Amino acid sequence: MSEFTKLKESLESKLPGLVTAWSEFRSQQRVAVPASHIAQALGVLRDAGMDQLVDITAVDMLEYPGATDRFEVVYLLLDTQSGQRLIVKTHINEPDLKLPSACPIWFGADWLEREVYDMFGIVFEGHPNFKRLLLPDAFESFPLRKDYPVKGRGERHNFPIITRAES
Amino acid sequence: MPLDLIDSPDFDAGYREGLWTLNFGPQHPATHTTLRLVLKLDGEMVVEAEPDIGFLHSGFEKLAEVLDYNQYVTIVDRMNYISPMANEIAWHHAVEGLLGIELTPRCKYIRTIFAELMRIHDHLLCTGTCVLDLGGATAFMYAFNEREKIYEICERASGQRFHTSYTRVGGLLYDVTDDWVAMVRDFCKTFPRAYRDFAGLVMKNRIFVERTRDVGVLSQADAIAGGATGPVARASGVERDLRRDEPYLAYNDLDFDVCCAQGGDCYARFQVRMMEMLESVKIIEQAINKLPSGPVFISGTGKEGLPDKTEVYRSIEGLIHHFENIMPNRQMPSPKESYYGATESPNGELGYYIVSDGDFKAYRARTRPPSLLHFSLFSRMIRGCMLSDVAAVLGSINIIAAELDR
Amino acid sequence: MATQIDKQLGDNVFLSTVDAAASWARANSLWPMPFATACCGIELMSTAASKHDLSRFGSEVMRFTPRQCDLMIVAGRVVMKMIPVLQRIWLQMPEPKWCISMGACACTGGVFDTYAVVQGIDRFLPVDIYIPGCPPRPEQLIKAIMDLQEKIKRTGTYDAREFKLRILPDGPSRFDEDELVRIRERNGLQLEAPKYDPIH
Repeated sequence: MSEFTKLKESLESKLPGLVTAWSEFRSQQRVAVPASHIAQALGVLRDAGMDQLVDITAVDMLEYPGATDRFEVVYLLLDTQSGQRLIVKTHINEPDLKLPSACPIWFGADWLEREVYDMFGIVFEGHPNFKRLLLPDAFESFPLRKDYPVKGRGERHNFPIITRAES
Repeated sequence: MPLDLIDSPDFDAGYREGLWTLNFGPQHPATHTTLRLVLKLDGEMVVEAEPDIGFLHSGFEKLAEVLDYNQYVTIVDRMNYISPMANEIAWHHAVEGLLGIELTPRCKYIRTIFAELMRIHDHLLCTGTCVLDLGGATAFMYAFNEREKIYEICERASGQRFHTSYTRVGGLLYDVTDDWVAMVRDFCKTFPRAYRDFAGLVMKNRIFVERTRDVGVLSQADAIAGGATGPVARASGVERDLRRDEPYLAYNDLDFDVCCAQGGDCYARFQVRMMEMLESVKIIEQAINKLPSGPVFISGTGKEGLPDKTEVYRSIEGLIHHFENIMPNRQMPSPKESYYGATESPNGELGYYIVSDGDFKAYRARTRPPSLLHFSLFSRMIRGCMLSDVAAVLGSINIIAAELDR
Repeated sequence: MATQIDKQLGDNVFLSTVDAAASWARANSLWPMPFATACCGIELMSTAASKHDLSRFGSEVMRFTPRQCDLMIVAGRVVMKMIPVLQRIWLQMPEPKWCISMGACACTGGVFDTYAVVQGIDRFLPVDIYIPGCPPRPEQLIKAIMDLQEKIKRTGTYDAREFKLRILPDGPSRFDEDELVRIRERNGLQLEAPKYDPIH
């Protein structure tokens, strides 16, 4: 039995009827999990051997053709023993942009979740130190959302000027 | 005050308020680039370190949504700027995975040679500046001597010495020439000697060894759960290398070892980097001897791959082919899918998660930066070390701010 | 008589002003502070390292504290979070001081025309020499330092008198401030109106 079928079976037996959306693209395995059960699903996968969280990211599906949900949060998992990878996706919508934090499962999720919040405004509940990671605290927008312009809204021009005479 | 005493729950709470707070950075010689640490000190011992990053956040991922797959290569160059071509190779590896392109053998070999040259390039700067921060300026000069040779090799191939922008979807900007091959052979011949000089200065230097041994220890379990990859993970005993475990480019045909160490301290990380440089030379030697002839671009009846420049200027077919590749609404369509492609960059697993909506540009291109995860482990590594060890630990995990913040 | 003096003194004496002597001395003992943020910082390292060896041109010691320096080399892009730090470092440097803006990103924002990157540090700081290139070659940086030495010798720095008349920073032409205010109002932003704001 391959690593992948083991994973699939353990996930389907622990969360019966909830995890059905399996797909494959160029031999990469993906699974979609409802947002309400994402913490349980990640815990099951951790126990099934996915010991490394490679990345957490999100996609704003606002302009994606045919998309029904606003945000897609993506967890890239890896089993360092066998090399098996799995991509776990979950979908959330405004105004309820909340997900449980994955920090208790893999502590490496700490900064990744803060970055997702910084860029998309998705809140991870239960995170030990939740605040912006990259942008200044005074920054109000979430720049990787599709409705935010590439050149910003003038924040980059808003600084005092130092002249020769003053310095 | 021992750390386990501080951690115990019935410890005097007033102690924490009595700690010194020291601001480190954002402008400090040991940070190399721009990052900030807020350290809580008990005498000279670091009890807590809170990193503050984002001083070089430039919106790379937002730019990926407006530039096409070939244009964005100029931006990824500037991500890990001490090994620019490794980023290009990683980016186009992911794009070609999404589009389902199989490269020509010659292109694979040239990219492999460059990937390994970049590994040497990166490790030379990392080890050189690590020693510089600990007070040894000579090794830094030795490292830069060799780096200049690699700059010249890059310049000969691509015309630019630093940000080469050399790869394209399905191929390379230009084919390499015979004198480039001679330069690479020459580099392989002279590098081991320079390496001996460099290693002889540092590896058994008592000051260096004592300042790095048992400093900044990262355990194997922490390395795995914290997402460490590359030399940092291998120095903690995680035997994992994407070149061997998920072979890409020409690594399947080449013989090399995965360099690991056990300690997980700064010296182990330094050792892994030093050993990897020699392995890289071994790989380059094999690859340059096996370098196949043939085209560097995939031959396409379709729209993959740019035509040769002489064809563009001299024939109408070439011109039309070029036009079809360049004009935004006529480019090659990509599948409406998402794809994660990762390579073993000098710093660790550098991956791109691309979501495509059918155009020749990414709807969203997420970078999986190794530096970000390594730096998030920093506060664990530095806990209980001395203030002067901060420079050693920062140097050994090789934080590149542009990759960290993007 | 004149010939007698010439014979006695010959080439041993020449007449000049104190200004010129001070400028000459300053021009050849520049202590740069590398404010290296990104890629250009690596080229700055290359310039200081073995092959290019910046010290041949009278710019010997790199100092990492602003209080010991008279030349700031801003190498790399400067972003929103960094510009207050940069300004503070500039204010900490003692007079007379000069600034080199190294690379396309520091000069104009370069390829990074995004929400986070300041489109040229000269919008918020005075700059003396601009170096184009992404990143500039070490030779270009050496040339820029030689140009700066020329500038110091030519314009003088004694007591920083020549800077007294400069009220606004050098740089791209200014624009109508109200336009930016209008843009911000349209986007419903609550940012305070700037004193001076160039448009990209």
